Amino acid sequence: MEPTEIGRTYRRLDYETKVTGQAQYLADMSVPGMCHGKILRSPFPHARIKRIDAAKARKHPGVVAVITRDDILQDQGIEPFYGPVFKDQTIVATEKVRHVGDPVAAVAALTADAADEALRLIEVDYEELPAVLNVQDALKSGATLVHESVKLPSSGFADLAEIKPIDGTNICTHFKLDRGDIKRGFAESDQIFEDTFTLPATQHSFLETHACIASVEPGGRITVWATTQNPFVVRTQLANIFKVPVSKVRIIVPYLGGGYGGKVYPKVEPITVALAQKAKRPVRVVLSREEVFYTITKHAAVIRMKTGVKNDGTVLARECEIHLDTGAYAEIGPRVAKKSGYTAAGPYRIPNLKIDSYSVYTNKPPAGAFRGFGVSQSAWAVESQMDIIAAALKIDPLELRLKNGYNEGDKFVTEETLRAVGLKECITAVADSIGWERQDRLRDAETRGLGDQENRSSVRRGKGLAAMIKATITPSISCAVVKMNEDASLSIYAGTVEMGQGSETVLAQIAGKELGIPMANIQVLGVDTDVVPYDLTTSSSRSTFHMGKAVQLAAQHIQRQLQEIVAKEYNVPLDKISFADGKIRLPETVLDYSEVMFKRFGMQGGTLVGDGQVKTSTKNDFGEKSTSAFWFIAAGAAEVEVDIDTGKFKLLKYATAVDVGKALNPLGCRQQLAGAVITGIGQAIFEEIAYDNGQLINPNLVDYVLPSLGDMPPVIDPIAVETPDPNGPFGAKGIGESALIPVAPAIANAIFDACGVRIKDLPIKAEKIFLALEDQRG
Amino acid sequence: MKKSISLRVNDQERNLEVEPRTTLLEAVRDQLGLTGAKLGCDIQVCGACTLLLDGKPVSACSVLAVDAEGCSITSIEGLSQGDTLHPIQQAFMEFGALQCGYCTSGFILTAKALFDENPKPSEQEIREYLAGNFCRCGCYQEIMQALKNVRREG
Repeated sequence: MEPTEIGRTYRRLDYETKVTGQAQYLADMSVPGMCHGKILRSPFPHARIKRIDAAKARKHPGVVAVITRDDILQDQGIEPFYGPVFKDQTIVATEKVRHVGDPVAAVAALTADAADEALRLIEVDYEELPAVLNVQDALKSGATLVHESVKLPSSGFADLAEIKPIDGTNICTHFKLDRGDIKRGFAESDQIFEDTFTLPATQHSFLETHACIASVEPGGRITVWATTQNPFVVRTQLANIFKVPVSKVRIIVPYLGGGYGGKVYPKVEPITVALAQKAKRPVRVVLSREEVFYTITKHAAVIRMKTGVKNDGTVLARECEIHLDTGAYAEIGPRVAKKSGYTAAGPYRIPNLKIDSYSVYTNKPPAGAFRGFGVSQSAWAVESQMDIIAAALKIDPLELRLKNGYNEGDKFVTEETLRAVGLKECITAVADSIGWERQDRLRDAETRGLGDQENRSSVRRGKGLAAMIKATITPSISCAVVKMNEDASLSIYAGTVEMGQGSETVLAQIAGKELGIPMANIQVLGVDTDVVPYDLTTSSSRSTFHMGKAVQLAAQHIQRQLQEIVAKEYNVPLDKISFADGKIRLPETVLDYSEVMFKRFGMQGGTLVGDGQVKTSTKNDFGEKSTSAFWFIAAGAAEVEVDIDTGKFKLLKYATAVDVGKALNPLGCRQQLAGAVITGIGQAIFEEIAYDNGQLINPNLVDYVLPSLGDMPPVIDPIAVETPDPNGPFGAKGIGESALIPVAPAIANAIFDACGVRIKDLPIKAEKIFLALEDQRG
Repeated sequence: MKKSISLRVNDQERNLEVEPRTTLLEAVRDQLGLTGAKLGCDIQVCGACTLLLDGKPVSACSVLAVDAEGCSITSIEGLSQGDTLHPIQQAFMEFGALQCGYCTSGFILTAKALFDENPKPSEQEIREYLAGNFCRCGCYQEIMQALKNVRREG
């Protein structure tokens, strides 16, 4: 068997179990004695709970436990308030419900049907309150407050320590960034552009809904099987809520049926544990599709962007106000606001900035992390406006981006130095892929779309570009353990959750490459917080970089141990011992690992334990400020066809280029890139949660439209650009989110190029184009 | 009132007691322990719950178990022959046509039905036949590559 390589495609380790239907996801699991939990949810966007009476539900046949606010508030063993940044959430509503679908009560029963029946027997008297249903209304003076006060803080997050809600308003957080001299920047500009862009709330729509099984032992020991992307954060939160040390909370995570950010931080876990504690037996809760829409969404946003430029295209100044609708609970919205703010300049050098990014409470389901994390929002504005500027100045959008784009060693908006930024390579690669021709882009608006009098066909073609820069969560921690067994096979203990991204395979490759061990001899264990060491989160595109590095360090630790054993047992100086192809080379001989293991332990047995720890900090290796342990860089290019009679458009080709650092598993990289593009297409042209007076009117997969195979463009070209990051394993960086972010603006820019219509409100729909074309016709 | 039904599941006779309202998906998952088919949308649009009923793909979340009386059912667990995987399963692995895997059994079974009906489908026919299966990880390009390759081999 060959030693493992990097840069070579391996069949993913999770494939065989998945294509045969054997892979166990949470809803496939049950534990002995398990009951079924169901949740009663608010029918109102905002109401005071005057009375709640669950007596009839408790007496219903089959019911084992019922939870209402009384159980939460009166139990000395429960801290009622929790949340990843602010303690503004409760297991069930206490005084008020704050959005349609807010949990009010929960029932555990012997069957799911009995639990459902019992929910209907719970009597709740509500006093409806005025609701704030969008950011504009929420910010008006005298607006109804979603939270009269917010408890601070519960966060252990160093990057959010300074962040606080503004008392007496619905402002959950306000992130500010000022750079240079904004007044002078605008004064020196030849032209100033001011536009407002919007994006709607969307939903992750993983096919596996949130689910949880919880069991509480009489001594207080809590075991939870969870569909979570960050089991260690959930462990901390549960330990705080149920007032036990983290060692008493065990989180087990099976394969996830997709996450995309929608499974970070506590979701259904606290209510399931509360039910299990009350029921004194295990409880399983599996959310319905509709309930998922009430649980977490992506932030809708309104972005006002004012940009000053010189006539040669140099961007001098930008003022930007971002309002993110965070819904009824802060969740991780404060960090989303921060990331949106940091990237409001895009991947461009802009010396004068005034950026204000707000997350705002409204009476809607909470918004949190979604693949792209605030940058999807800011990039929609940044990249759309780049093309508005390019068209006005008659500059090729490609040239405008290359002129202002970051180079290696430039300063980011936080004044830190950017390293390993393959921005221009990415932009050029996608432009080449779709056949970008400079002269085509320079044609005047008069000959675009309707103006093209000589063209008899109603179909117009256009091309568009977009780029982006994004940070990863910093500081953060990943720890890994690699065990070498007596036969020299490896077991990898890592807290990274396999949710489809192929992490198991890449981690095995890294350990295998480091020690020269074949893939077939490596096992990556499942995630169980009792077994694997700490990892902050499987999100923020961080696992390959952080956990990959931790696994690499753990493998190197094993190598050092082997070296010391050989030095001692074979009496060879350390510097004469080398490693190659999974063997240990001495001046006179070559040893197998298993021989060395036998020599060390004196029999067929024993274990070597390698330890790897990665912690990133807000200061880099040079002592400079570090907002991000590494930078994601990507560009996208779209070619579209628009029918100017109907507004109907087709995506003909999409190219995406991502600076991956190093493609460890090339097919896995291409999968992440092409997959993110499909998600981006959904966000660009289909997806939108629709509300009517705070009621969701499409919380199902018929009315909330997802892209299907038929919506895929004929060609997606995923291009991996490799600018190695010195701190990543073998130079690799994270890639999970990058390709998604440029999709919507690239398509919008291509549509403008085709027909002169500028769409500023996502999603891009044929009817919006049609109406704009009608306006053009006059 | 429970009803007795007989099904032929993956070539084995099965007798089940089900409520009239029990769905085929619930019967197969909860009573037969065949959990490869998943509940995704619960309203017949996402395809994660696909089973083959007398060779035709159905959304098992929306078929009553009692209506499947006497029918032959194929689930993902019944697709491989011994240790040899079905060519579609093999192609999915080779071309990377899955990420999280939640939609995979539905895609593979729907694709099997397509190839049983039409051994040499065009790209357009593949797009249309599989339009009722969602892959939220976005593996459509890889799924298309895998299925085009099965087509070439077939």
